[in-house]
Amino acid sequence: MSVMPHLLSMTVLAPFAAALVLFVLPERAGRLIRTVSVLGAAVPLLTSILALRHYDAALRGFQFVEAYPLVPRLGLSWHLGVDGIAVPLLLLTAIIHGTAVFTSWTTTERAKEFYLFLALLVTGVYGVFVSLDLFVLFLFYELAVLPMYVLIGVWGSSMEIEGRGPFGSLFRKIGVGGKDYGAMKLTLYLLAGSAFILVGILLMWVAGAGPMGRPSFDYLALSHVTFSGGLGRSIFLLFYVGFGVLAGIWPFHTWSPDGHAAAPAAGSMMHAGVLMKLGAYGVLRLGFGLLPQAAQQLAWLVGLVAVINIVYGALGAGWQKDIKYLIAYSSVSHMGIVMLGLATLTSVGLAGSVYQMVAHGIMTALFFTLVNLVYHKSHRRDMTAMGGFARSMPGIATFFVIAGLSSLGLPGLAGFVAEFLVFLGAWTSAHPWWAIPGVVGAMITALYVLRAVRTIFLGPARPGDEAPPDAHGVEWVSLVALSSCLVLLGVWPRLLLDPLNAGVADLLARFGS
Amino acid sequence: MTAGALLLVAAAVFSIGLFGVLARRHAIGVLVSIELMFNAVNLAVAAIAWSRGLVAGVVLVLFGIAITVAEIAIGLALVLLAARVRKTSVLDDLDTLRG
Amino acid sequence: MIPALVTLCGPLAAFALIGLLPPLRRAGRPAALLSIAGIAVAALASGIQAVPYFRGVAAPATYEFLWAPLTGAPSIRFGLLVDGLSASMAALVALIALLVQVYSLAYMASEKPASLGRYYAYQAFFAFAMLGLVLSHNLLQTYVFWEMVGLGSYLLIGFFWERPEAGRAALKAFWTTRLGDVGFALGILVLWGAAGTFTFTELFAKVGGGAVAGSALSLGLAGITLGAMGKSAQFPFHVWLPDAMEGPTPVSALIHAATMVAAGVYLMVRVAPLLSHAPELMSAIFAIGVLTAFLAATMALVESDIKRVLAFSTVSQLGFMMAAVGSGGAGAAYFHLLTHAFFKALLFLTAGSLIHAVGSNDLFKMGRLARAMPVTAACFAAGALALAGIVPTAGFFSKDEILASVLAGGHPLGFALLVLTAGITAFYIGRAFFLAMLGSHDAEGHAHESPAAMTAPMAVLAVLALVGGALAPSIPRLFAGTIAPPAFEPETAPVFVPILGTLAALSGLALSWLAYQRRSFDPGAVRRAVGPVATLLERRYFVDDAFELVYRRAYLGLSSVVGWFDRYVVDGLVNAATWMTWLVAGRLRGMQNGRVQDALYAVAAGLVLLAWLALGR
Repeated sequence: MSVMPHLLSMTVLAPFAAALVLFVLPERAGRLIRTVSVLGAAVPLLTSILALRHYDAALRGFQFVEAYPLVPRLGLSWHLGVDGIAVPLLLLTAIIHGTAVFTSWTTTERAKEFYLFLALLVTGVYGVFVSLDLFVLFLFYELAVLPMYVLIGVWGSSMEIEGRGPFGSLFRKIGVGGKDYGAMKLTLYLLAGSAFILVGILLMWVAGAGPMGRPSFDYLALSHVTFSGGLGRSIFLLFYVGFGVLAGIWPFHTWSPDGHAAAPAAGSMMHAGVLMKLGAYGVLRLGFGLLPQAAQQLAWLVGLVAVINIVYGALGAGWQKDIKYLIAYSSVSHMGIVMLGLATLTSVGLAGSVYQMVAHGIMTALFFTLVNLVYHKSHRRDMTAMGGFARSMPGIATFFVIAGLSSLGLPGLAGFVAEFLVFLGAWTSAHPWWAIPGVVGAMITALYVLRAVRTIFLGPARPGDEAPPDAHGVEWVSLVALSSCLVLLGVWPRLLLDPLNAGVADLLARFGS
Repeated sequence: MTAGALLLVAAAVFSIGLFGVLARRHAIGVLVSIELMFNAVNLAVAAIAWSRGLVAGVVLVLFGIAITVAEIAIGLALVLLAARVRKTSVLDDLDTLRG
Repeated sequence: MIPALVTLCGPLAAFALIGLLPPLRRAGRPAALLSIAGIAVAALASGIQAVPYFRGVAAPATYEFLWAPLTGAPSIRFGLLVDGLSASMAALVALIALLVQVYSLAYMASEKPASLGRYYAYQAFFAFAMLGLVLSHNLLQTYVFWEMVGLGSYLLIGFFWERPEAGRAALKAFWTTRLGDVGFALGILVLWGAAGTFTFTELFAKVGGGAVAGSALSLGLAGITLGAMGKSAQFPFHVWLPDAMEGPTPVSALIHAATMVAAGVYLMVRVAPLLSHAPELMSAIFAIGVLTAFLAATMALVESDIKRVLAFSTVSQLGFMMAAVGSGGAGAAYFHLLTHAFFKALLFLTAGSLIHAVGSNDLFKMGRLARAMPVTAACFAAGALALAGIVPTAGFFSKDEILASVLAGGHPLGFALLVLTAGITAFYIGRAFFLAMLGSHDAEGHAHESPAAMTAPMAVLAVLALVGGALAPSIPRLFAGTIAPPAFEPETAPVFVPILGTLAALSGLALSWLAYQRRSFDPGAVRRAVGPVATLLERRYFVDDAFELVYRRAYLGLSSVVGWFDRYVVDGLVNAATWMTWLVAGRLRGMQNGRVQDALYAVAAGLVLLAWLALGR
């Protein structure tokens, strides 16, 4: 327990400190900027590994707790702590953040500001995962969501989409597919979601003041209050929709393809890899954790939408020609598996759900690294204009296949463990039929992923094409690191399952069954 | 002279100033009109303070005059700048804020 | 247990080294030798391990460890199960893999070093996965390795990835088998839900104790059967196997003849103790097996690509095995699996030798090769005799047992169809032999005998194909050493069974001799005479077209509907909101004309209004 008194504060504040240092550094100090960024990523990586190692699964509950009152009259405090669910997600964030820094190593345009915003975003993410005060959590949530607007708007890429027929002029006018469009859409969607969350948190604060005797934003205090009936359901729905937007629940998912396609590599890595998990984590922590009754009553809705997500996202991915859109739609499909795991309300399903958050986070980060490499080397995003790339970029092709295999749930890679646990949970839940679209979704994933592999990498090279070069130098770092994680988590699930089981058991203890 | 008469004068000056602000086309004229409105308000405050024997009111008026001086300095500077950059001081031609 | 671990670690270590050390992979030949060393170790270890089981003096052994701890449900344990079935199968897999890898050394010699290294990395990976599949002690782990062998097959079929057909064939193989695996995965879920375990021993104990509901058991087993049908290329999932011949020929010998495609049958034999609790499912499996055996054999009749003839033959023989499982003769099925592995791997390797010499797969471009390639010809003859089931080759004994068990299972109609299929089998393999080895015209190019690295493995397999029948007495001993030893009743097959089988085989061979060697009649004329039937066969009963149609219409169609819906309806609403905002804003912006005094008018009006509200009333 007492590995380090301020483990979590350090985790949150290290990237923030890096951001502050970056702020005062001169624009020209390229090497120094990167060193500071790496340090800002290395400290949380170290602390989150420590947290995973020293989290006592037998003891359960929140550990490494720090609590300092901020505004006692309003029940506001700097209250940090992680349970078995947050610990793996902390590690996921650290991994993605670290690799994102390396992926954007070659960014030359305004590198200082880029790393600055990246560090701010990550600060927010860590903050959400470790905060036990809902108000502070909300602040961190906003901090995590907003920098993306700048990251896409400044460093993003555009590929205008032609509207068909009467939509042509409208699409041109709105700029569908452009980076401004993507950035604006993503930000507006997520801010709309935040509004729901804020209302939900304030409702809890007001309604919880009665039973507790004084108003409080404290998670642990609120978790002893029962919000029953219509109030509980309303707050649950507010959280579900608010956080769900970020998790890409249908039909509020369309910001994801446009936003992720327009974002720069590190941006989509962080966003699809970690931020979407933040949404699911919010639903899990605030929705399921604080409102067990309402969650039980509305699990059918969550599960139904999740099933739609799985199949709809997978089918939608098959239609895409733009490789980035393909990956984004596959994220929509895979986030459905996360949400399905939550809806099962079984310990196996919940553990599988969080496992899927980690597995999909790593997998999709690898994917976005790869598609951005392909894009930067071939200057193409349209798959139909590619072919035979395996000849000149065998390394990228190999890693792409690994990522693809994890996404289609091939055993031996992380995706399989997660998906299978979710399906086991679904089969033993109140709605066993949920498992069927789940498994079918994995089949459809095999269709579009392997088709993409074939279109991009296999076959003869197109005549007259300049062969795009393979990855080199620092570019390998993220590829190797992320795929090693996929393999490790695929063959040795105990690594995460021990803390996960503890966290899930805590959560389910509040569900009277 | 009663406070009522003073307030009547103040209202008259204010209205003249308002008319000037709305009707003058040249920026200097508008500035002068704004001055009129300011002084009308100052007069009103002074009249009320005088009739009630409040020292604070006189202090407020002195403050107001000081601020007016600063304000008119900035205003004139803006007009001069506009005249130099946009080659005009006629308000109807300075419509860059159009939506 | 040590030999089993060594068996797994040999190929795994080879794969890890080749995979993780790019310089080794790019060197080519050293990687190949490393992989061969790894599989040789595995072959030795698994051979030593299997001997006591063949002699019937060893008991099943398991080793397990906690893989995924779960709360609220039984934790998932992984492990190894060594019993008569898995030990013998592991020895078979390791042996054939070793022979094939040695053979590949010569066959793939013209590949670039980097490409050769990649080939052997895949080979080592496949060997590891296949051995892991065989030695699994539970259903989930079987599924894990099941998918991994599928990946190995995908990679090796698509080995010549620059050829569009190879990429297509690899996809087709992966997708088709995965379609079956959807059933497999669901079947595992159902069984887990009903019995709460994946482990074979516990599953057998629970089902035997009546702790599992009959309907759940049938449903779960049906799902597993679907998976087995996909992997073992049973009708209608057989479509991928002929196309899989795009892979290098040694790969076809190993994966698509001897080992991976037999995994489906192996799994069915493994769960055979459970199948007896689901009689309707048994009948269905039997029907599918017979249908597959017959249809595939007929499709082989009209193929001119030697590898595809053999591929259809494999499908057909796997159908025989499935039929045996379905009629309750798991032992016969397993026996045939072993002998089939010998003679079919042999046939593929000889085919590879022929292709190597001629440079074409087309039977009609071959001919009179026996003179230039005597060893290959002799080996081909041995394999063909075994496939046809002529006394006293291995194929005769195992096919005879299958026919006997089908008859004993009370399926006279199926028996008749299988005997007919045996005749067709003899005909198409005789046709291939006469066209390639004897015939009336010389092959194109300068044929020459293959090097020793290729002929030696062929010779080993030829011997096994000829004398493998001697294994027959070991089969009951092997099964007695499994975790669920069957209660054996001495099978007394009627004496007419072997006679009928032999007659069918001989007449098939004789007919092919008349048609393609003596030229007593023109096969082309026969083909023209039965025009529509021949077209049906050549189009492979239109099953491939049906899959194509489902893929294009159902999947791609649905996909574009969803994609369109998402872009124009779901997103359309979002964009419509944007558009509305702009529209309203466009109207309202007129108020902001930029004139200061207009704004001041509004301020003055507001002031008057406020004054009126405050004082006036």
